[in-house]
Amino acid sequence: MDYKELGLKVGLEIHQQLNTKRKLFCDCPTILRTDDPLDTIERRLRPTPSEIGEVDVAALKEYMRGKTYIYQYYDTNCLVELDEEPPHLVSEEAKIIGVEVSLLLNSNIIEEIQVMRKTVLDGSNTSAFQRTMLISTDGYIETKQGPVSILTVCLEEDAARLISQDDTTKTFRLDRLGIPLVEIATGPDISNPEQAKEAAYILGQILRATGKVKRGLGTIRQDLNVSIREGGRVELKGVQKLDMIPLWVEREVERQIALVEIKKELNKRGSEKDLEFKIIEVTDIFNNTSSKIIASSIKKNGGVYATKLKNFKGILGKDIQKGRRFGTELADHVKTYGLSGLFHIDELPNYGITSDEVNKVRAKLKIAELDSFVIVAGKEDICKKALEEVFERCKKAFLEVPNETRDALEDGNSKYSRPLPGRARMYPETDIPPFTIDSELIRNIKENLPETFDEKVNKFIDKYGLKKDEAERIVYESPELFEKVISSLDIKSTIFIKALDLSKNLEREEGYVTDDQTLYLLFEKVSKGIIAKEGIEEVLKRVSKGEDIEIVLSDFSSDNNSADVEFAIEKIILEKKDFILEKGDRAISPLMGLCMKEFRGKVDGSLINKILKEKIDEILKSS
Amino acid sequence: MEPEVGDIVTLRKGNTSYEGIVIPSPKKDSIIIKLSNGYNIGFRKDSVEIINMEKKQKPKIFSEVKFEKRKDLPEISLISTGGTIASRVDYETGGVRWLMKPEEIFFMAPELSDIATFRNISSPFQIASESMTFECYKILAKESAKELNSGSKGVIITHGTDTLHYTSAALSFMLQNLSKPVCLVGAQRSPDRGSFDGSMNLICASYVAGHSDIGESVIVMHGEMSDTYCNVLRGTKVRKMHSTRRDTFRPINTSTLAKVFMNGKIERFSDYRKRNDDNEVYPDIEMEERTAIIKAYPNFNPEILDYYIDKGYKGLVIEASALGHVPTDTINEKFSWVDSIKRAREQDIIIVFATQCLFGRVDPFVYSNGRIMEEMGVIYAEDMLPETAYLKLSWILGHTNEYFEVKRNMLDNMSGEINYRIKGDKNGL
Ligand SMILES: [Zn+2]
Repeated sequence: MDYKELGLKVGLEIHQQLNTKRKLFCDCPTILRTDDPLDTIERRLRPTPSEIGEVDVAALKEYMRGKTYIYQYYDTNCLVELDEEPPHLVSEEAKIIGVEVSLLLNSNIIEEIQVMRKTVLDGSNTSAFQRTMLISTDGYIETKQGPVSILTVCLEEDAARLISQDDTTKTFRLDRLGIPLVEIATGPDISNPEQAKEAAYILGQILRATGKVKRGLGTIRQDLNVSIREGGRVELKGVQKLDMIPLWVEREVERQIALVEIKKELNKRGSEKDLEFKIIEVTDIFNNTSSKIIASSIKKNGGVYATKLKNFKGILGKDIQKGRRFGTELADHVKTYGLSGLFHIDELPNYGITSDEVNKVRAKLKIAELDSFVIVAGKEDICKKALEEVFERCKKAFLEVPNETRDALEDGNSKYSRPLPGRARMYPETDIPPFTIDSELIRNIKENLPETFDEKVNKFIDKYGLKKDEAERIVYESPELFEKVISSLDIKSTIFIKALDLSKNLEREEGYVTDDQTLYLLFEKVSKGIIAKEGIEEVLKRVSKGEDIEIVLSDFSSDNNSADVEFAIEKIILEKKDFILEKGDRAISPLMGLCMKEFRGKVDGSLINKILKEKIDEILKSS
Repeated sequence: MEPEVGDIVTLRKGNTSYEGIVIPSPKKDSIIIKLSNGYNIGFRKDSVEIINMEKKQKPKIFSEVKFEKRKDLPEISLISTGGTIASRVDYETGGVRWLMKPEEIFFMAPELSDIATFRNISSPFQIASESMTFECYKILAKESAKELNSGSKGVIITHGTDTLHYTSAALSFMLQNLSKPVCLVGAQRSPDRGSFDGSMNLICASYVAGHSDIGESVIVMHGEMSDTYCNVLRGTKVRKMHSTRRDTFRPINTSTLAKVFMNGKIERFSDYRKRNDDNEVYPDIEMEERTAIIKAYPNFNPEILDYYIDKGYKGLVIEASALGHVPTDTINEKFSWVDSIKRAREQDIIIVFATQCLFGRVDPFVYSNGRIMEEMGVIYAEDMLPETAYLKLSWILGHTNEYFEVKRNMLDNMSGEINYRIKGDKNGL
C-alpha cells in the first residue's frame, strides 16, 4: 500500500505507570492487591451543572435510574482515594520522573504547572474527576524514518480498577487509583505502520531507561490514532503487543479504504436522503422459526423487528477487514445495546432462517432489487434503539468514515466501541497551588540523565560479554536486577535469561508478574547451590500459584548430601536394571529424566549425570 | 498592552510558542493561559513575549433558574448563608464564588422540586461559617420564625460546615416553642464534582423539613462515608468531628434522632420533640456577647483568666479536663487557678465547666479539686458540649445575671442538651 498516497497519519498515546514510593496525590504505596478488601463504600455520582449553568436533564435522568458504585479499599488506601480528604501535594519523585522523561523526549518543561481536574463520570474515580497536569510540550524522538513529534507529556493519576459490574452496580478496587502515570502523546506524524511500531518501541525504551517505571501486564497502555486522508479519525484502544502494531495499523487502513469505497458505491446508487427510518415488527413471520436466537427471544416475550435499508444490497456483505464485513460492524453497534447481533439480507437464508421467511420479510418491507434489510430480536424498546443506531450508521456510510473509538482485537482487526468522546471538561484543581520546577533541579536532572538504550546495550555487551540480542533483551526487561545479581551472586547470564524467559511465560499464560525481590531470592539459592538451575521453573510456578517464596525456597533447602543422592539413584537403577541391560548406554537419558523428576531440581543436573553414568557403567560391566 | 482575562494570546518562550485564553492569575507577576487541550499553564510575565493578542471572549453568564410552586407538596423555606454548599465553580477559571441567588441551589439537586415546594428562598448574608457572629444567629432565628409562622412546614438553612453545630445549638435556644423542623445542611465536598455530598444532604433535609414529625433544630448530614443515608442530629448534641469526611457530624452522648434515605424513608432512632403545626414559634434572640470558651491545659497561666475578668466578661465556659478539673495543686503556685476563679466569682462572673473529652459527663465530687471549684460556685454542665454550653450561657446571660437564676437555667434541660442517661455503646464512644 502506498501510505503516502493514502495520507496515512498515525499518532501514539502511551500511559505508563511509575514505580514510585507513594501515589501521585497521597502517601499510600503504589501496589496492587489480590487479597480480600478491608471494606467497601457505596457511592452515587451526580451529573454536575454545565458551564452555562444548566443541568443536563438527560444525564440527570440517567443518574436517577443510575448506577451505584462500590469501592473496595485496603489498608494500603487512605481517605484521599476515598474522596474523603483533599489531595496531598504532588509526589516529588513523580515530578522528577516526569521532568526526566520530558528531557529524554526533548520537550520543553512548562514554567508554571497547574494540576487540573478532568471530569470522569464512569465511576472509575471516586471524586468523579481525574487529576492531571501538563509537564512539557513540543518534543521529538528520532526514528529511522525521521523524527516524530511529541505533543505533550503529562503526569496523571491512574483510575480505580473495575472488578465487576451488572445492570445496577459497578464495583471498583481502589488499589490502582492514584498510581502515577506518565502520558506521552505524539503528533500524528507517523506515516507508516512500521514507523508506528518503532516509535512505540523507542518510547518504551526511553521510559524504561529511567529505571522508575512499573513492569508487567497492565502497567503500560498504548492507544493508536489512525486516519487516512479520505477516512476518519479512529482511536484504537488496548494495543498491547508492540509486534502487532503494524498489523493493527494496516487493518485499520484497509477498513477505512473499504468504507470509502462503500461510500462511493452508495453515492452512485443514491443519497442518504433516500433512507427512510421505519421499524416494522415482523414477529408473526417468525412464530415457528427454526432460528434458535429468534425463537428464544420470542419466548422471552421479545419481538422481531426489521428496517429497510434502501440501496444497500450487497453492502452489508462487503469485507472491510479480513473476516469482518460491514454487517459485522453494524452488529457491533447493536451489541452495545446488549443484543446478541443482527441478521441482514446478504447472509440470508442461513442460521435457521428459511428463504420463505426471508421472502415474507422482503414482501412486508417492500424490498426492491437494490435494497437491503436488517433484523434484530429482543425487547421492543431495546430493538428500536439498536435499529435506530444501525440506521444512523448507515446514513453516515454515504457521507464519511466516522470518527470513533475501537477496541483492538487479537487478530489485528478491531471492533466498534463508542463514538470519539468530546473533550472532557477540565478545570483547575483548586486544592493544589500551581508550582514551578526549580531550574536548578532541571539542570541537575539534565546533567544526570540515564544512559540511552543503545548506550546501555553496548555497555552490557562490553562489561558482561553478552551477545547483542541478549544484552538488548536484558536492558529492555530488567537491567537493574541483572546488574545486582551478576555483581553479587555466582549466576551466569544464561541462567538469568532462562529465568527471565520462564517468568515471561508465566506472565503470558497466568498473568502473574514475578517481582525482582522473588527473582533475587531465587538466584541467591541457585548461586549457593541449594537449588539447581533445573529447579528454577518449579519455584517460579509455585510462587505464581500464590505460594510464599520463602516457604517454597525452604522446601528446596532440605539437605541433599551426595551420599543421599547416590543412594536414591542406586534405588532407581536397581528398579530399572532390566531396562539398562536391554538399552545399554542409551538408557542414560530416560533415566536422567526419571532422576531429575525425583529430585525436582533440588540437585544439580551435572552431579546426577555423573553418578548415573558411573552406576550404569558398573552394571553393564558386571553383566 | 497588557492582556486581559478572556483574551486569546500567543506567547513565545525561547523557541516554543503557546496559544491560549488568558485566565485570572492569583499572582501579579505571572500570566496563566488555558490551552486548547484544556490544560492551564503559567509563566512569569517577564519570561515570555506576547506575539499575538485577539479580542476578548465574552464572559459566560450563569443562567437563570425558575422554580414552580406545587400545591400537592408541603411548603418549606430555604435560607442560604454561604459555605461550600452554596458555592459554585467557574469551570473556565476554577474560581469559586457564592451562589448569586439562593435558587441556584436547584442546580445541585433538581430533585428537590419533587419533594417539597419552596414558599420562600432567601439569603440574608453569604459568609463562611467560621465568620459567623451572634448577629447572624439573631437574623437566622428571626427569619426562621417568620417563615414557620407564615405557614412553612419546615426550614432548611444551608451553611458552611465548620461551625454548623454552633448555629444549630444557638437556634435551639433562641427558637422558643419550636415545634417544626429547622434543618441545617452543609457539604464537605465541593459542588463542581460528581461526588458532591451536598445534594444528598439537601434532599434528605427536604424530606425532614417537609414530611417528618420532628419539631427541633437539627443537622442533617451524611451518616457514613457511603452515599446511603443521612443522620438527623439534635442541634445541641452534635459536633463536627472530622476535618474532611462527609460523615463528620456525630451525635455526642446520645444517638442519632433518625436516619433519612434518598427515597424519603425516615427511620426513627430515639425520642424527639414532635411536630405541632399549630404552635407559634417565638424568636427570643437576646445574647450576652461578653462570654468566652477557655480551654484548660498543662502550664496554662491564669493571667489569661484575669484578662477576661478585667475586661468585664460576664460568663466563661471552661473546657476543663475529664470530670471537670483545672490546675489547683501546681508546684509553682502561679499556675493554680484557685485565686483567679475566686476573683471571677467575687465579681459575679458565671463560670461553667464542661468536659474537653466531649464524651461523658463532668462531676465535681470525685476529686477534691472539683469540690474546691464547686464550692466557689462553678456550674458543672453535666454532659453538655462546651460549644453548646457557651451558646446556652450567652443566651441565658442575655436575660439575667443573677447567679441562682443562671445556674437553675444552665442545669435545666431546655432543648435536649443534657442527657441524664448516657447508654453504653460498644461500637466506640
Ligand atoms: Zn492514599
